[in-house]
This record gives sequence, structure tokens and C-alpha cells, in this order.
Amino acid sequence: MITLQHLLTLSGILFALSFAGIFINRKNVILLLMCIELMLLAVNFNFVAFSRFLGDLDGQVFVFFVLTVAAAESAIGLAILVVLFRERRSINVEDLDTMKG
Amino acid sequence: MTPSTLSLATALPEIFLTAAICIVLLVDVFAGAAGRRITPTLTLIVLAGGAALTLAYAQSGTTVELFSGMYVSDPLAVVLKLAGFLFVAVGLLYSRHYLETRGILRGEYYVLALTALLGVFVMISAGSLLTLYIGIELLALSLYAMVAFDRESGVAAEAAMKYFVLGAIASAALLYGMSLIYGLTGSLLLPEIARALQGEASLGLVMGVVFLVVGVAFKFGAVPFHMWVPDVYHGAPSAVALFVSAAPKLGSFALAYRLFVSGLGGVSDTWIQMLAIVAGLSMVAGNLIAIAQTNLKRMLAYSTIGNVGFILAGFVAGTEQGYEAALYYTLVYVLMVLGSFGVILVASRAGFEADELAHYKGLHQRDPGLAFMMLMLMFSTAGIPPFVGFWAKLQIFQVLWATDNMALVLIGAAVSVIGLFYYLRVVKLMYFDEPGDLPTIERRTGVRLALGLNAITVLVLGLMPSALLALCAQVLS
Repeated sequence: MITLQHLLTLSGILFALSFAGIFINRKNVILLLMCIELMLLAVNFNFVAFSRFLGDLDGQVFVFFVLTVAAAESAIGLAILVVLFRERRSINVEDLDTMKG
Repeated sequence: MTPSTLSLATALPEIFLTAAICIVLLVDVFAGAAGRRITPTLTLIVLAGGAALTLAYAQSGTTVELFSGMYVSDPLAVVLKLAGFLFVAVGLLYSRHYLETRGILRGEYYVLALTALLGVFVMISAGSLLTLYIGIELLALSLYAMVAFDRESGVAAEAAMKYFVLGAIASAALLYGMSLIYGLTGSLLLPEIARALQGEASLGLVMGVVFLVVGVAFKFGAVPFHMWVPDVYHGAPSAVALFVSAAPKLGSFALAYRLFVSGLGGVSDTWIQMLAIVAGLSMVAGNLIAIAQTNLKRMLAYSTIGNVGFILAGFVAGTEQGYEAALYYTLVYVLMVLGSFGVILVASRAGFEADELAHYKGLHQRDPGLAFMMLMLMFSTAGIPPFVGFWAKLQIFQVLWATDNMALVLIGAAVSVIGLFYYLRVVKLMYFDEPGDLPTIERRTGVRLALGLNAITVLVLGLMPSALLALCAQVLS
């Protein structure tokens, strides 16, 4: 029998993995975008699990909104990436260091 | 029990703004090159019209809920929305010439400014976690695009990328916190959450609140989630930096108020302790690092971080007076930062970005009027009487004193003295240094008039602080 605890643990692991991915990954901005997406999916998992076990639909409605916003977010993220690539000819995280102080 | 109606007139500011955004966008597309002149004017008309509508349909002193409680209109919302209209209008007024001389006066800037404002409004009137989230994202997505808006600038793209990645992490953290709160209470509506969460805090709740505090601190730009602020202020075009520093602060205040006070007011012990740490760190780090800056925009960024610490300190008090002081500080601070960035925009000209501190050497000899405005704004931000910044700081100290937060009072007083150094350094550069071969400043009467009015408001509000204070007390009681 799958309990709420199992689902929450899975979503916690997903969230932690994506968080670690952002801070360990020092190479590629695209990977950062993927990690951010995974983070939002972990949250969605949480909402759906709670919604199922509370017998309340609001959480699932929230997931629809999160999915929509996530799509818009990655669109803007990729657009910024294109501008960045045109200027720098690189999408390496380590090249994002011209401003300091 | 507050009345729940279906009268859409309550949500008129948002409805009007949404319709206006579509119209401005269409007009800009069809007007083509002529749109460069039409769009800015049309946007200002929209803002004035929106403010008039908000004022006309504001039910004085009552709280009205709409859409099953997802949308709330109360006196606080009305005041914040009017302030939002005003601050955005002033910001756009300052930035027009700057954008024009750099060849980036495009309709997108104005449309994005309006969508960002709409996001702020949705946050201000949020009655549930869902509305709050939609507002945050609408604001954040517009701001990311605005920062990257100058396509020829590599630094701007870099700043936008940093802002985007960190902002997305913060949003995800906030969402994770929201999902935990939802799981604990079974509701997304803030009043329901407040009813369900009373007394002893469980482990799950503390975890949820940690994530929420991370998200809120990021949106404010408070230490240790402040890394994006200096880079965005520095890298983005100055006009965008001005926008980012102004209206979104109102949204951040609304976010913190709705989430912590309306939603988690019953378990205030949990978030007060965390906010106290964030506030103390922000005050210290912001003011200390600002000393080391040679770039005025970066210095203002760290000054923002320090001032955000004061705003959060108002929340730490956890009393009605504390929230009043925080609201007062937010409004006053945005007014001052608008003026400071306005001076940068006026001092800049085609091919010359007046963003280094050295560019302000001898400004008094080159342009006495502008130097005097900057002097008033810097004195006010430093918290010197009789300017309004003094009263804002005093309010915060009073509420912290009344609630026995001695540590924060001491930190606040110490950093205010440290802060004097870098604000007065700007004044010293302007009045006591030789200008060298720096360019003279173009005279543009309209913007100067607005800027002068801005500086005088800072002085007048400082001489007569009671009206705005009474207003803040009235909307939160």
C-alpha cells in the first residue's frame, strides 16, 4: 500500500536532486533550466499527493497553473539564453562572471 | 464575516489594466515607427485612468471578497495599488529620454512595465496561495524580460540569466512551502489557513515556513538571497534598474503581508525568528558592502538590501504598529529610490552612462539644481532629519523598541551610522570635488520638474509626516 509518506519522500528526493543539480553543475545553462523544471515537477507531485489524500481538488487545480507558468518560464529562460549566446558565443555557467563586487 | 459579492467592479483596477495592456500592445504594433511617440503617452494615460478608476470604485474602509475569496480588496490593497500606479508612471516618465538616446525606446518596454504592474496588483489583492503565486510569476517573468530587453548588451543578458535562474529557484522554494502548508491545512485560501493553523507549530509547518521565508526573502532581495540585486541593478539598462527597484517592492511587501500576517498570523513565532535573522543580516551586509562600491548603481543595490532589512524588521515586530512601520518604510523608500535613479537617468546622455561614482565629481558646478536634488535624496535615504527617510527609520526603531527587539535596534542604529558614510560620500563628490572634463548635463525641463517635485515631496513628507503615517495606520487597522 502506497501511503502519503512514500509520495512525499519521493517528491522530497526529486526536489533535493534538482537543487543539488543546480549547485553541483558548473558547466551548462541548459542543465540549469532542466533542474528548475524538475524542481517544479517535484512541487506538483507534492500537490497531487496532498490533493489525493485530503480528498480536495484545489491542489490538482494548482498543478495546472504551475504547469502553465512553468511553460512560460522556460520560454523566457530559453529566450534569454539565445540573447546570451549571441553576445558571448557560450552557454557555459563559468562565463557568467563579468560583474563582480 | 466579510461580504462576498459577484460584482466585478471590485476588481476593476486589474480588469482595466488587462484590457489596457492588450490595447497598448495593439496600438504599438499598428502604429509602427510612430508608436515610439504614441505608446509612452498612451501608457501614462492608462496609468492615470487606472488610478482614477481605483479611487472611484474603492469602497472606503471595507473588505470585499471576490471569486470565492481568491481575490480580496481592502483599504491596504487600494492604497498599494494607487502607489503602484503613481510609482510606475513616475518611473516611465524618467526613463523615456534615456531609452530614446540608446535606441531602445520600444513598445515592449511599456507593455512589460504594465504586465509587471498587473502582477503586483494580483499579489496585492491575493486571497489565496494560488492568486499569490500567479501574481509573483506574472511580475517575475515580466522583469526577467525587461532586464534582458537591451539585446545588444552582453552584461544585461548575463544579469537577466542570473536573475532568471535564482528567481526560478526562489519561486520553486516558495511553491514547495505552499504545497506543505496546503497539505497541513487542506486549503489554499489564506483565511482558511489562518483558521487551521493556531497554537503549537508542527515540524511540517516549520519546514513549510522555512521554504516560504526563503522565497519571500529572495523576492525582497534580502541577505542571504540577495546575490541577484547588485548584478541586476548593475547589468540592466538604468531605466530598467529604476523599474526593478520601485514597483516590485510594493509587491514584495504585499506578498509578505498576505502570506505571513493574513495566512500564518496564528503561528507568527515560526516566521518572526527567521525573518529577524534575515533582517539583521541584510542591514549589516547591505550597508557594509555598499561602502566598497565604486559604481553608483551597485551602491544603490546594496543600499536597497540594507533598507529591505529595515522593512523586514517591521514584520519582525509582529504587531499592527510593526506592519504600519513596514508599509510606511516601503512607500517612502520607493519614493527615494525612484528619485536617486531618476538623477542617474537625467545625468546620463547618449554614449555616456553616469553610473560610476566618479561621474558625480563636481556636479554642483556643472548642474547645481540636479546636485541639490541628489543631496536631498541622499540625505533622506541616509535617514537625516528633516527628510522623510528619518521618520521611516524612526518608526521602525520605535516598534522594535516596543517589542523588545534590542539586538535589531542596536544593529539598525549602528548600520545607519555606517550608511551615512557612503551616502555622504556622494554629496562630498558633488560639492567638494573638481569636475575635471566630465560632460555637462542636458537640460530637459519636463523630467527635471518631475525630479524636483520628487525631491521636494521627500522634504515635505519629512516636515509633515503625520498625514502619510495616519494613512498607513488607517489602512492596516
